[in-house]
Amino acid sequence: MTAGRVAAGAGPTVDGHGSAPLLEVTDLRVRFTRAGRAVHAVNGLSYSLAPGRMLAIIGESGSGKSVSSRALMGLLPPTARVSGSARFDGTELVGLPEREMRRRRGADIAMVFQDPARSLNPTMRVGVQITEAVRAHAQLDRNAAKVRAIELLQLVRLPAPERRFHEYPHQLSGGMRQRVMIAIALAGRPRLLIADEATTALDVTTQAQIMELLVELQERLGMAVILISHDLALAASYADDVVVMYGGRAVERASAATLFASVRMPYTRALLGAIPLLERPAHTELPVVAGQPPDPAALPAGCPFRPRCGSATDECATAPDFTEHEPGHWWACWHPEVGA
Amino acid sequence: MSAVKEPLLRARNIVQEFPVRGAGGLRGGVVHAVSDVSFDVQPGETLGVVGETGSGKSTLARSLIQAPRPKSGEVLFQGEDLVRLRRRRLVAARRHVQMVYQDPFGSLNPRWRVTELVEEPLLGYGVKGAERRRRRVGELLDLVGLDPSVYGRRRPRELSGGQCQRVAIARAIVLDPALVICDEAVSSLDVLIQAQVLNLFERLRTDLGLSYLFIAHDLALVKQVSDRVAVMHLGQLAEVGPADALYRGPLHPYTAALLASVPGLDPATGRARRPVPLRGEPPSPLDPPSGCRFRTRCPRARERCATGEPALRERSPGHSVACHFPLDETVDGAAAAGREPRHLTRPASDDAAGPGGHLQVEPLPGRS
Repeated sequence: MTAGRVAAGAGPTVDGHGSAPLLEVTDLRVRFTRAGRAVHAVNGLSYSLAPGRMLAIIGESGSGKSVSSRALMGLLPPTARVSGSARFDGTELVGLPEREMRRRRGADIAMVFQDPARSLNPTMRVGVQITEAVRAHAQLDRNAAKVRAIELLQLVRLPAPERRFHEYPHQLSGGMRQRVMIAIALAGRPRLLIADEATTALDVTTQAQIMELLVELQERLGMAVILISHDLALAASYADDVVVMYGGRAVERASAATLFASVRMPYTRALLGAIPLLERPAHTELPVVAGQPPDPAALPAGCPFRPRCGSATDECATAPDFTEHEPGHWWACWHPEVGA
Repeated sequence: MSAVKEPLLRARNIVQEFPVRGAGGLRGGVVHAVSDVSFDVQPGETLGVVGETGSGKSTLARSLIQAPRPKSGEVLFQGEDLVRLRRRRLVAARRHVQMVYQDPFGSLNPRWRVTELVEEPLLGYGVKGAERRRRRVGELLDLVGLDPSVYGRRRPRELSGGQCQRVAIARAIVLDPALVICDEAVSSLDVLIQAQVLNLFERLRTDLGLSYLFIAHDLALVKQVSDRVAVMHLGQLAEVGPADALYRGPLHPYTAALLASVPGLDPATGRARRPVPLRGEPPSPLDPPSGCRFRTRCPRARERCATGEPALRERSPGHSVACHFPLDETVDGAAAAGREPRHLTRPASDDAAGPGGHLQVEPLPGRS
């Protein structure tokens, strides 16, 4: 039913026909060393993102969703070992020298985080912080930078931008602070914005406003967006494509429409069954998935979901490949759900 | 549903206010955290409380357990007014009302072992007999799904978030309370663990006949566990009613706006529904708008909303709303959805549609 959308949107991973992807992540791995033990945070993540699209990366805490996107920005601590490939518009980001990364950070890829209150400097007026970001990316004098900063505040639809320019972060509401963070992120005119749980700390009404803004910016600026979230319904409502992560791996990936209409991976099904939804009647018993998410320092051999999976067999002790089993629909599972 | 039963808890006209000093560009004044809130909790029922940050849900919960005492109002629990009780008698009554908080690590002493944590309330209330206490702790850990022989000797940092929350729940119910107040009790847990804990709450309710006051900002979460739901807005009750009726046909434009802001996903078909955002910023609790406190963001607001504060009135059995122009009333034929012409100032026919009046609810914006 959505074949056209899938074909146009999901894009190729390695074969390279179709529209050139803006970001092509192939077998990305991130390993930390903690107390002498290797922590495998990301274990072979692959996806591609076309210009102007919104990709959601979904997963629970410790699934590697945030670490993998910080790796793209070079924002991991020095103990992190990053391998694999992440090509942004042809440039390899993995192993890029810090000086080069610094130049590209904010100009190619920018990031917005969960807590706008902690991301902003509480002792500096909002305007100073945006102007600083503007001047970091462009040689502008104070006045020109201020004009541009106010333009950015208008772009993110901050009410009364000229007045807010002179205010401190604590004088703004949580939603307004997140708008300011987005304005700062846009200062370098990035082609990709990574929103890492950017609406999680906000009220549902404010979340809807911020998401509407992200969609508007995506369309107006032709900017691609990676939405990192634990919220399946949010991803389903806004994203073009979805990657589901578990134990540092991608376990399922497709266009949003395809993925939620025909779930293949039992983990995705478990998530879908466990989230409270308005669409369910009160007191519905939620299907229980026993156990804990895997410890990235002691990952089970084979499929990471095996210890908690109802369909697991001996076969699952060998890790299934993450491959495109149906057009535009990737999964890594020996016992996928059968399509209707 | 159970109007004949004597309520377990009756909160009447609770008011809680905090003076704030002006500092660093903030204005001083009085925060109207809870303004004249009344509700009942029936034995064995779960009353959900939803609202945005700053709506006063947590302050209300703390007022109920007298931490701190409300500025005015009554909290009638098992025939006694907790607001008037003094030290020892309040402590005795508090045994039957327990709380579970959002942060499972922060609410447990990191140096204690799991068994000590669960035993502490028993010691606090002078339950005699070490062997008896030990047995009770073992029972409780089993009940919340933590094997005492595996987890009993552990300390909080050796547990996951979900396991810590189970310990907090065991602590809350070890004294056999009648009412458990859950303040965002599952909000910090991952989805699969959250589902386990939600199922645990439901099972304990059936097995022990507990009542819950379940506070959360997540409307879908509250729907999952609640029999009745109260919607708070800026310190006041906007709407209260049976969960299914309230979610199916919200009467307050604020409830409708909250529901429309939640991203939807039909688990059967995988169809998603993109939210329809509410315009504007929530007003400050330091200086709430005159009349209806929602009017500055309300698509149905009329002149009257600025002058008269709407009282909570019952529109159908057990379903009340504080709104001059509730959604079961068409305002001059204008639909509830979208922006309505503001020039219409027809006086609302409050009395025409009393209890049991027509309950034709217009479709929610963006829902289909």
